[in-house]
Amino acid sequence: MILSYKWLQDYTEIDAAPRAYAEAMSMSGSKVEGWENLADEIKNVVVGKVLSIEKHPDADKLVVCQVEVGGAEPIQICTGATNLYPGAVVPVALHDSYLPGGVHIKKGKLRGQVSNGMMCSFAELGLTEHDCPDQDADGIMILKDGSYTVGEDIVTALELDDLAVEFEITSNRPDCLSMIGLARESAATFRKPLRLPDPRVEHESGDIGNYLKVDVETENCLRYAAKVVKNVKIGPSPKWMRDRLRVCGIRPISNIVDITNYVLLEYGSPMHAFDYQQVKNGHIIVRQARPGETLETLDGVVRHLDETMMVIADEQGPSVVAGVMGGEKSGIADDTTTIIFESACFAGPSVRRTSKKLGLRTESSSRYEKGLDPETCISALLRACQLVEQLGAGEVVGGVIDCYPAPKAPTVLHLDADYTNRFLGTEIPKEDMVKYLESLEFEVRADDSIVVPSFRADVAHKADVAEEIARLYGYDKIPSTLAQTADEAELTREQKFARTIRQQLVGMGLYEIITYTFISPKYYDNIRLPADSRLRDSVTIRNPLGEDTSVMRTTALPSMLDILSKNYANRNLSCRLFELATVYEKAGDDQLPNEPEHLTLGMYGDCDFYTIKGVCQGLLDGLKVPGCRFIPCADHPTFHPGRCAEIELDGKIVGVIGEVYPEVAASYGIKPRTYIAELDIASLLAGAVETVTYKPLPKFPASTRDLALVCDEEVLVGDITESIQHSAGKLLEKVEFFDIYRGKQLPEGKKSVAFKIVLRSENETLTDKHADDIVAKILKNLAPLGVSLRA
Amino acid sequence: MKDKLLQIKEQAIAQIAAARDDLDEIKVRYLGKKGELTAILKQMGGLSAEERPQIGQLANQVRADIAEAIAKKAEQMKAEALKNQLEAERVDVTIPGKLPQQGGLHPMTQVLDDLTEIFLGMGFSVAEGPEVELDYYNFEALNLPPDHPARDTQDTFYITDNILLRTQTSPVQVRTMEKQKPPIKVIAPGRVYRSDAVDATHSPVFHQIEGLVVDKGITMADLKGTLEVFTKKLYGADSVVRFRPHHFPFTEPSAEMDTQCYACHGAGCRLCKGEGWIELLGCGMVHPWVLQNCGIDPEVYSGFAFGIGLERVAMRRYGIGDMRLFYENDQRFLSQF
Repeated sequence: MILSYKWLQDYTEIDAAPRAYAEAMSMSGSKVEGWENLADEIKNVVVGKVLSIEKHPDADKLVVCQVEVGGAEPIQICTGATNLYPGAVVPVALHDSYLPGGVHIKKGKLRGQVSNGMMCSFAELGLTEHDCPDQDADGIMILKDGSYTVGEDIVTALELDDLAVEFEITSNRPDCLSMIGLARESAATFRKPLRLPDPRVEHESGDIGNYLKVDVETENCLRYAAKVVKNVKIGPSPKWMRDRLRVCGIRPISNIVDITNYVLLEYGSPMHAFDYQQVKNGHIIVRQARPGETLETLDGVVRHLDETMMVIADEQGPSVVAGVMGGEKSGIADDTTTIIFESACFAGPSVRRTSKKLGLRTESSSRYEKGLDPETCISALLRACQLVEQLGAGEVVGGVIDCYPAPKAPTVLHLDADYTNRFLGTEIPKEDMVKYLESLEFEVRADDSIVVPSFRADVAHKADVAEEIARLYGYDKIPSTLAQTADEAELTREQKFARTIRQQLVGMGLYEIITYTFISPKYYDNIRLPADSRLRDSVTIRNPLGEDTSVMRTTALPSMLDILSKNYANRNLSCRLFELATVYEKAGDDQLPNEPEHLTLGMYGDCDFYTIKGVCQGLLDGLKVPGCRFIPCADHPTFHPGRCAEIELDGKIVGVIGEVYPEVAASYGIKPRTYIAELDIASLLAGAVETVTYKPLPKFPASTRDLALVCDEEVLVGDITESIQHSAGKLLEKVEFFDIYRGKQLPEGKKSVAFKIVLRSENETLTDKHADDIVAKILKNLAPLGVSLRA
Repeated sequence: MKDKLLQIKEQAIAQIAAARDDLDEIKVRYLGKKGELTAILKQMGGLSAEERPQIGQLANQVRADIAEAIAKKAEQMKAEALKNQLEAERVDVTIPGKLPQQGGLHPMTQVLDDLTEIFLGMGFSVAEGPEVELDYYNFEALNLPPDHPARDTQDTFYITDNILLRTQTSPVQVRTMEKQKPPIKVIAPGRVYRSDAVDATHSPVFHQIEGLVVDKGITMADLKGTLEVFTKKLYGADSVVRFRPHHFPFTEPSAEMDTQCYACHGAGCRLCKGEGWIELLGCGMVHPWVLQNCGIDPEVYSGFAFGIGLERVAMRRYGIGDMRLFYENDQRFLSQF
């Protein structure tokens, strides 16, 4: 909403400078977004009078004018304009003058002739053809009507000095989408009296009953008021009205349209002017649309209506989508002679639904859907007729039609000063509270009951009253205290666990990423999920921005691959990333999905399978999650069948890790071998040791044995390790794989695997024999696996 | 004999001074069992009774002097050897160090962790709630019935008629109040969704931190005080804030909190669009109807709530002008924080 500062003075007297005004209004609840004044951009431009016009000696298309500008001598100005004549009164930008858009005019020479400035068109003054309907768009602006003084500043002469203040009005205050609403707020903020208009029509003739009949057949129409104007003379509206509309950002069109817009701005009440000839039998019916009805709206689009939409119709059919947009034919035309002014109040939710359904949002619909005040309808209607009379735009017919089936009783609340002060933490005297409320037109009665004005539907509770008091008292005057309440807090185990995961991975050289949680269903193809994979059953967004962001991910691997791919495309030669990623597991149809947190790891460049596995194991160690097993997995579609493991913890698969399947990497455009993993965080937490108990440091020395074993290529190091652990029992302190060898010194298909075994007893020094016996047992139990000591 | 001793001493001292690798040999030569001094002393038998103690004393003195000279020299040589070794081991300290593999937290996590620390220190626990949420929690329980005009300002992704992607972290307020009786003091950080097309300042996914305090006797002054302390901890003790009336359907009174522009200190500049202030968060007293919806008696309890946009705080802290960078996750970007 843009406010004209000059217009504001009709209702109250505010003389604050722009910034002070803006700040005070913002602090009392009407947020000012900015302000501008055309006058600030125009400097040193005056009213001039053309004395003579001569042909330019050296240019066919130029003329040389002598122009009187209020100084002792006339000045010479060259121009290409063709609409000048001796005696024409024009705006003249003198030497060293400024025009809107930062244009700086200086004297100079045109084809050898001195030119001491520039005569201006309306566009050069920042105006449009709508602001100046009687002007030639291609020529110099000619100031008619004889009331101008030569030499007068053009800003004063054309009354351009008006401040346009732009407000951001919150959705609960549709009353402030009007000059009167903002004037009320301004007056209350600056503690000034408010003068509200009381529109009256002086002369009326005839009886509306002979012209018009209105039937309201739907409860979505809260009030429908109308007046008729005959002998309408369509023409431009006067300059003062055009000026005000211009400053408020509305394009002047013609007197009747301008009047409806003027009243819209003044009262915040949308008005519609019908051509009476287009209303069949002078009978207006406000009703819900019938299935199959269509209407071509003003924007030339044929709208398909249904019974949820309210229309203004005549006996032939709908002519307006109520509160949204008029029909192509119902509007006034140049030959219109009789008009109907409609001032109605339609129910917000109905207008909102219709506007959404039609995909048509207008100035009118955006106001109605916030809930307007039916009490304003008549004042606005009378104001329009008063303006018609004032502008000589027609003759107002006597009487008014007012269908107002169910006027609402005003909301009555109670002024509880103690509650208010307790709630706000203030000590505002009750008299001040009353004063603040009254300045906003709340009626405070002797018994402390408060009658809420009809235009303030947002005030329905004593907390709302407290806000009115607080904002006029000043939020800045409310003291600052600290609540006496709970002051101890700590993170939950889950939250601390997530932090530890992050710290561990950062310590191991990975960067954390944060990705979008919705993906394209095609991403499941990218990671080769089979058509019947349950992971394809995603929570689907009904109105996504695009297919790429249309389903909630069930796995975070595509997100990780996507980011790895972007990094690769950006020529990052190596990359190591992780994400704590929420995934969304569909539950029942009308149930919320589960939202487990997964951990994904991803890397390429300077790494291999054992790098990512190392990170994973390091993490598990750091998280104190013992007992994870890595089980070869050859059938995960996303992974290299020979380089993939499922991670098992307590008999349950908690994750997967491995090299990305070549086709998958290719679909992401990543050339180097790429490694990813995905683990379920809750499962890790379940397996984590909560409290570590200290184990005494050893008192007796350890016996260490290195074993070089030979076996078939297929035998897994993990199986050998488990066998050793099993055989050595309690005395085994550590079994450590440290080398693998394949080559000429071994038969084909065989490999040599080396382990360091550390044995220790808590109670004694192990004898060599004891250690040797254990090794013998280890070897004996390895034999069935086809593992033997290397000769 | 006396001259002989003195001569030995002089000779030994000279040799010790000139010694290089032969200090041990010198020691043996003079002080060893077959050394020169021993040889002399063996001749003591031929001396008179008067001479013997004198010469004995002198011999002992010479022995002691030589031993001391040798010890000193040994120490000096050791020191010199160490010095030479260290000299030889000199490295160019300006050559870059061998870095361990570098990693780092996402800048948004760093900012969130900082904010969480501040609030934990002020006694706020951390609450959580689902991102795929019921309409009831996201809108209705927060005074946003169907067809409420404020719903339009939060363009919503819908899953079904009743299920949506939460547009704000405020539903966690409702869930917390349903689960827990006052006193309540929580923050709820999390991802939220609005169907905004991606550009430098908009993302369909972004993060908020919700705050909620409910107890007996909580006032708007407490809201101001708490958020002022928070801002001073975040931006320094000299930061200035103002509270400006605003509207949120689920708080009443509602406010936006601005911080004085750090670039112009309130004078007005391009960064703050001439206002001198930059909006930081929205807040207000929990609407009594919201308390009531959650089964908390608004005649007994009151509370305040606030919501902070995490991206905005992070962008301001690091001078990041484009929100998209947070979600592109280029390692060259991530490695800067």
